[in-house]
Amino acid sequence: MDFSQQLTQYLLSGLATGAIYALIGIGFAIIYNSTGIINFAQGELVMIGGMLGVYLLERWQVPLFLAVLLAIVGTACVGVLFERLAIRPLRQPTPLSLVIITIGGSILLRGIAMLLWGKDTHALPSFSGDAPLAVAGATLLPQHLWIFALTILLITATKLFFQYTITGKALRACAVNRRAAGLVGIDVRRMVLFSFFISAAIGALAGIIIAPLTMTSYDVGIMLGLKGFCAAIIGGMSSGIGTVLGGILLGILESLGAGLISSGYKDAIAFIILLLILFLRPQGLFSRGESERV
Amino acid sequence: MKRFAQLLSFTVVLLAASLTNAAEPIKIGALFSVTGPPSFLGEPERNTAQMVVDEINKAGGIKGRPLQLIVYDTTGDATKAVQLANKLIKDDHVLAIIGPSTTGETMAVKSVTEKEQIPLISCAAGSKITDPVNPWTFKTAQNDGLAVARIFEHLQSRKLSKVAILTVSDGFGSSGREQLKSQALKYGMTLVVDDTYGPKDTDMTAQLTKIRGSEAQAIICWGTNPGPAIIAKNIKQLGITLPVYMSHGVSSKKFIELAGDASEGIILPSGKVIVADFLPAADAQKQALVAYVQGYKQKYGVAGDHFGGHAWDALMLLKKAIEQGGETSATLREQLEKISAFAGIGGVFTFSGQDHAGLTQEAFVLVQVKNKDWALVE
Repeated sequence: MDFSQQLTQYLLSGLATGAIYALIGIGFAIIYNSTGIINFAQGELVMIGGMLGVYLLERWQVPLFLAVLLAIVGTACVGVLFERLAIRPLRQPTPLSLVIITIGGSILLRGIAMLLWGKDTHALPSFSGDAPLAVAGATLLPQHLWIFALTILLITATKLFFQYTITGKALRACAVNRRAAGLVGIDVRRMVLFSFFISAAIGALAGIIIAPLTMTSYDVGIMLGLKGFCAAIIGGMSSGIGTVLGGILLGILESLGAGLISSGYKDAIAFIILLLILFLRPQGLFSRGESERV
Repeated sequence: MKRFAQLLSFTVVLLAASLTNAAEPIKIGALFSVTGPPSFLGEPERNTAQMVVDEINKAGGIKGRPLQLIVYDTTGDATKAVQLANKLIKDDHVLAIIGPSTTGETMAVKSVTEKEQIPLISCAAGSKITDPVNPWTFKTAQNDGLAVARIFEHLQSRKLSKVAILTVSDGFGSSGREQLKSQALKYGMTLVVDDTYGPKDTDMTAQLTKIRGSEAQAIICWGTNPGPAIIAKNIKQLGITLPVYMSHGVSSKKFIELAGDASEGIILPSGKVIVADFLPAADAQKQALVAYVQGYKQKYGVAGDHFGGHAWDALMLLKKAIEQGGETSATLREQLEKISAFAGIGGVFTFSGQDHAGLTQEAFVLVQVKNKDWALVE
């Protein structure tokens, strides 16, 4: 096995992991853009999506694609409940109190998941088999193709949604100026609720399609959430291509780092990048100054 | 009203009489991480301990005295474990303590129990717990080194000597890594790749690609679920055909369930619990193993595993030592050291003044995954 083949494998593995980070990152970005909240419970929503999928599939023997659908709807409802019960009652939301609330919420969700579903790790069956595919001397699984396809689909869908629908435009308006949006008749609180609904659904989708590869348990949300957060920060909290590039960059750097330097530094790489970006380019790698973020 | 008062006083007297008649219970303390990260150890341990105590009491206790088990949850936190150990000793006045579940907690607790002179039977695996030997500290979980020796012996018999190791970066993995490195020379093994992965990592293809590019003849992976299951899948994805060995950390059906087809052919050392049914009838442990696995299944719905087995061993060793005459902490300690050829779940224990771990590498058998089940490797 020569070095170029190894390198292709590192890149491809990084791309696959990166796409997962991107999917999770988009959930962060959507809520941030319409509300200014960084929802640290996003990772937990990813976990709930995966666990709910496993639960429906194993306990109720629901067919796979119905289970996926139900899990997404279920998680979206959790997202909505979370907003109604934890975010909306806040009289004077300050960034600090919101951060503390979402972190507290994530601990609560994790605890509930642990009590409901136990502490075991679960695996979902792959959507279309486990036969590896060879790509230029490296290998991928069919599940990776699902991840790529859904990521692309999702990016396109959110782009179109934010650009061309009334609700999408209203969400963008809330992002630019909440007060003004309210004055022109946009129900800001409903938009906030809606953004939680969408990003919970996206998080759930991410949680389910990665579960065949990475397994899932009540505590996978922390690390996935942090990596997704990194991806969103690198991408300047954009809910479009920026976060996707951020996720892929993170995935590839991790994979190269683990393969060429040492796997001990894998997580360190992610957090060093996060800190560097926050210090040097807080607006993200791919945006020029203060531009529109949606 | 007067009649009522008479009746009442009569019952009270009766109750008091029955209380003084009943033999005083033997108090045993237990420290398990029932919640927290090591809950996969602590929960079956707690369940098993409770089951064993119930069984002993149903059969009339030890020498007519019932056992009283006082369990505290350490949540895997060494500081908490020390506080709770103090509570067990000073408030509950226990005769002996079983647990904690992890090596880190045990190292912290043992300084307390040694000072207070209370026998401690740890359920953790780290060899440093009983090496050097302290008079008051024993343990039941098999040393990692014994598992490593089993794997290296097997590699030797297959004439393979270049090995890649992939260990998890937590206590279990680093202790395994130390043992793998220190015993490699003795068995003539060269570690051509020595890599690690994080306990929460979700993709190990990078490390495995590196291994694929090396001249390794076999892969040894050391970790607990779910990492090794992901690694098994990644190995299959990359089309690596080298023989794969794993640690006893994944010797439960859960691993096969998680890794699916990718687990086929993987070899690992394991306590005898998972192959209890396949053991020859002559095996000294067979009777205890089958009884334990089925008893646990009846009570908790799932088959007993080797983690719970550590608590079974700890309690049964205590029972034996008390039966031999160890009724105070000091005599109990002496009697523990005299136990020999005690067939438990983790192996056949023979304690002595110099050996407080009590097991040999016979405690492990090599098993291979075949048709989604375990099979003994000859």
